[in-house]
Amino acid sequence: MKPEETDKTKPIEMATIKSLDDLRKIKSEVQTKLSLRERSNHPEQLVQIRVAMATCGIASGAKTVMDYMVNELDKRNIAAVVTQTGCMGYCYAEPTIEVTIPGKDPLVFGYVDTKKADQIIEKYIKNGELVEGIIPVNYESIEGK
Amino acid sequence: MKDLSMHIMDIVQNSISAAANLIEIRIRIRKELDLYQLDILDNGKGMDEEMLSKVTDPFYTTRKTRKVGLGIPLLKMNAERTGGKFRIDSTPGIGTSVLSEFRPEHPDMLPEGDLEGTIVLLCHSNPEIHFIFNYQFEENSYCFDTEEIKEALGEIGISEPMVYPMLKELLKSNLEETRK
Repeated sequence: MKPEETDKTKPIEMATIKSLDDLRKIKSEVQTKLSLRERSNHPEQLVQIRVAMATCGIASGAKTVMDYMVNELDKRNIAAVVTQTGCMGYCYAEPTIEVTIPGKDPLVFGYVDTKKADQIIEKYIKNGELVEGIIPVNYESIEGK
Repeated sequence: MKDLSMHIMDIVQNSISAAANLIEIRIRIRKELDLYQLDILDNGKGMDEEMLSKVTDPFYTTRKTRKVGLGIPLLKMNAERTGGKFRIDSTPGIGTSVLSEFRPEHPDMLPEGDLEGTIVLLCHSNPEIHFIFNYQFEENSYCFDTEEIKEALGEIGISEPMVYPMLKELLKSNLEETRK
């Protein structure tokens, strides 16, 4: 199921990062890796994911989902921005995430766990296929609510 | 809320909504005093006295998407049921401090949870906010300051996904060291 890693360089050794100096030492390694990727500098061309991180979302495990999204999108080499947002009023369906693929309307998915998050990445983000759990909404964006 | 790290994530969201650009999270643990102190301070827009008197009421919320606001009441409840204390101070235009004290020996004490994951996720998704996380365990202390981290990272952004696991490792190993 999982795609071949396009990044062939060896992974950064995490166990060695214990101080700010270690961060400085590893900087050039990170920059080399970043330059190998064709990352857009235009945020509107990136996949945008917003994880609802209010009391209801946090209590339902939104942090685990967000952690998974940040790590997995990076591993699968998908240029995306993962941020947090507030409660959308779908507390019953938490954790909820809003996914915006460039050029498409945002979609809100409910009852997201790491398994569902994986499906959303593989099916919706990669291929545009819809996945179960979409919350039908008639809104422009979360901020507008 | 299952653990203290979830409360931190939750209360910090209030600071972010209040347009804070400096958020300080302080934890102080003193075994001999049976004390676990968690303070969250921000320089957000603050609250007036009227609003301040309402925030511990679970049926008060500023949001319009639902009718309850449980973040602060849940933290207050969890602190007080260990025999601890809870207080909020706020000044409009200056900021807000949420101060809680837990008695860790009490059976209702919450576990700490995933502190490093919570703090690093907050820094990742709010790169424009200056976070200071100060962790004091007995005589030891560790300070995680996003300004220092940004300086160390140079042109690499703090919200670069590749940096995320690195910061988590940095914080994790230092917290483990502090708890020794």
